[in-house]
Amino acid sequence: MEESVLSGRIWVLLDRKERLIEDIDTDQIYHNAFLHITELSQMGQYALGNLEGWKDFPEKVHSGDILVAGRNFGAGSSRQQAVDCFTALNIGLILAPSFGAIYFRNAVNSGFPVLKCAALDELVAKKALETGDKIEVNFRSGEGWDISKDISFKVEPMSAVQYDILKAEGLFNYGKKLGHE
Amino acid sequence: MGKTVIEKIIQGHTVEEVKPGKIVWMDLDIRSARDFGGPNVVKNYEREYGETPVADKKKTYFTFDLCVPPSSLKYADNQQICRKFARKQGIKVFDVDCGIGSHVLVEEGLAQAGTTVVGTDSHMNILGAVGCFGQGMGDVDIAFAFRSGKTWFEIPETVKVLLKGSFSSPATAKDLTLYILKKLGTKKAALKAVEFYGEAVKNLTLSGRITFCSMVTEMAGIIGFIPEFGDSLKSEIKDISGIKFSHHQAEKDSSYADEVEIDISGLVPQVAVPFSPDNVQDVSELKGVKIDTGFIGSCTNGRTEDLALAARILQGKKIKEGVTLKVVPATRRVYKEILEKGILEDLFRSGAVVSNPGCSGCAEGHMGLTGEGEVQISTGNRNFAGKQGKGKTYLASPVVVAASCLFGSISSQEDL
Ligand code: SF4
Repeated sequence: MEESVLSGRIWVLLDRKERLIEDIDTDQIYHNAFLHITELSQMGQYALGNLEGWKDFPEKVHSGDILVAGRNFGAGSSRQQAVDCFTALNIGLILAPSFGAIYFRNAVNSGFPVLKCAALDELVAKKALETGDKIEVNFRSGEGWDISKDISFKVEPMSAVQYDILKAEGLFNYGKKLGHE
Repeated sequence: MGKTVIEKIIQGHTVEEVKPGKIVWMDLDIRSARDFGGPNVVKNYEREYGETPVADKKKTYFTFDLCVPPSSLKYADNQQICRKFARKQGIKVFDVDCGIGSHVLVEEGLAQAGTTVVGTDSHMNILGAVGCFGQGMGDVDIAFAFRSGKTWFEIPETVKVLLKGSFSSPATAKDLTLYILKKLGTKKAALKAVEFYGEAVKNLTLSGRITFCSMVTEMAGIIGFIPEFGDSLKSEIKDISGIKFSHHQAEKDSSYADEVEIDISGLVPQVAVPFSPDNVQDVSELKGVKIDTGFIGSCTNGRTEDLALAARILQGKKIKEGVTLKVVPATRRVYKEILEKGILEDLFRSGAVVSNPGCSGCAEGHMGLTGEGEVQISTGNRNFAGKQGKGKTYLASPVVVAASCLFGSISSQEDL
């Protein structure tokens, strides 16, 4: 498989009315009660621990799974743990129509893949993407494919900058490649 | 297609073609860290780069402003961690005597129109007031910026806001700011740059522009610019920082994500009700709400002009028995000006507590937290629950805060 292609099973973050949950803030992703934890391996168990209906997420999820969320994912504070808890669970990718600005920076800087998909609300509403589906996305071309249903869709291609940092596994490593020792 | 102001500034700092939605590497003219975030910048830096020098020590600064001089051991340690690193690296520290970092960078002529500045301060975008691209960032980003002199940035879309009409006393720049925040809310400008046009903003003084641009953060915007300016602004900026001012203009055929018109005619004093800065009402709707204390200062309203507005209300009068008023100049320069102009004396004689410059009561600073049940009226920019202690904070102009402290309840100039 090409380096820029990733596939996995998706979890669509829906509310009780089956709508994609918007504005999930960093407190819902990783509660401030656990901010003292510094060990990455300890963080996974608290992922989405404060999001109504999704508290058992860390038990259900498998390594390599993909998270599909609503608009403005990761709004709020600058806590890095809200990204690291997904790294700890080995989540492959987060797909959302948009992200909180600081959340997006934190994810990119730590080499965690995040992708924007403007059509996500529509895709989810018409059940073209459902929890359990296996999807494949190409970070660079922006091609997405729901393998389970054989439906293709578009994501915003990753910029060269984001892709380079991702490949280097983080901003500091990327800088070192450029000679910032 | 033409470029908006932010696109032009960033285009001047990158070799890549700038367009909204794209992430580019950009050069940073100034990289800074304050006493909050600074110690983690140092920790990241030393872990990743050891003793290696920063990219350019002449472009790297520490600005201590949050808890100055420190009132807790945590801040004393934090500042010392930064100082030690700065000494080793030969970096200049604007220490605990200097005042609010973003303002100091303007006064020192470091944050100029058309330049790019980052720091560990979420209100760094206040620098839009002088046409500078300022941006607050986390400690990983800033450590990287110290070492590389660069950052990556996603070019935001721009929203154009046209203000119709003008305003006059008793309304002030702060009232205009709160009113626009009420109208735009936290969604319209979210993650976008904003260009403000219209007579009302064009004619703002430097201090008024700073007030106005400081609260783009509360609109959830990336940064706000006021491209047009009146004649006096040039000399004001020259006086204060010694540099020549000229603002980037958007190109004619630049495209905007949204264009909004807001009619501000008949603007009256505004107050933001706890616990949200965009929960704004006319002062008349809140008359009579009892207050225990007032705060005048912060990066939003801590300049000489702001303190002079308050002093004019307080001159020759006494703050109501049982009420306290805390006044904190933004910078040492402001302190000097209020001293020389007699403003300090007016404030003192009215019963106000005037402290050394800094952020102070704005966040968990060294002065002016509120206790359980205490009601504060403040010129700051945020009134979230817990931000300045356990009490409730209303946000208003220096005029309304001063008048309210004379009466012990929310009041305006007309009540005098
Ligand atoms: S005055 Fe308040 S908002 Fe402004 S820089 Fe200081 S802490 Fe931040």
